Amino acid sequence: MIVPLSHLLIVAGLMFFMGMACVLARRNLIMILIGVEVMINAVGLTLVGASAYWRQLDGQLAVLLLMALTSAEVSISLAMVVHLQRRKRTIVADHYDEMKG
Amino acid sequence: MATILFYILSAVALIATGLCVTCKNAVHAVVYLVHAFFALALIFYLLGAPMVAALEVIIYAGAIMVLFLFIIMMLELAPNEPGKGPGWQRWGPVLLLSFSLLVCTLLLIGVETTTADGVPAYYASPREFGYALFKEYALAIEVVSFQLLFAAVGAFYIGKKDCRKEDKA
Repeated sequence: MIVPLSHLLIVAGLMFFMGMACVLARRNLIMILIGVEVMINAVGLTLVGASAYWRQLDGQLAVLLLMALTSAEVSISLAMVVHLQRRKRTIVADHYDEMKG
Repeated sequence: MATILFYILSAVALIATGLCVTCKNAVHAVVYLVHAFFALALIFYLLGAPMVAALEVIIYAGAIMVLFLFIIMMLELAPNEPGKGPGWQRWGPVLLLSFSLLVCTLLLIGVETTTADGVPAYYASPREFGYALFKEYALAIEVVSFQLLFAAVGAFYIGKKDCRKEDKA
């Protein structure tokens, strides 16, 4: 391991919380999806770091499954963005509040 | 050497991510995110995962981000007036990040990944990766292929134009 695992976890944690802040603070649907991408990549960094730390291959294989999951998620959610844009001519999340109680 | 490169690349990844999440224009955010993914791919290579690094560049930076750009441009979601401020303010960050990534990539060629106590760092070649993937994780690969198929069908169904009828009624 070229660096201590804690430093790697700090980097991944900072990246994860930046993505989380993006998801929570931005109201543009595209930016929310970008925040989700950032969070998923931080998780991938943690998995590869754990794989290098314990000298096991499983973490890297988990990253591959994570990539497949991300591609599926992105294709579905971008199709939903296209659908919502056609429906209301806006992709600001606050305009989709019909179910507000 | 590898340790210094790791810290430089982490800084590049974190700065690019920070610029990405604070960017007003969605296209600029995607470009910054591509920089963050390149830095992450180099970090993966340093941590002994060359296959994952290649897939990170091909799938994330190549396919998914191009899909994002395609949707943003198809729906005309980004403002297309030129940005305010002098040119170096718009070009500076992205040029700096690209330049540091280029330098790190060139330095990575000659880097010797051993730890401080002389033990060679963990390295999983693509051959080992493939063997483990298609022997131990064969069932997981089947499940993931079904997941991708369902995602494709779902995206096709949601993206159909007929979905508009119920909204107009």
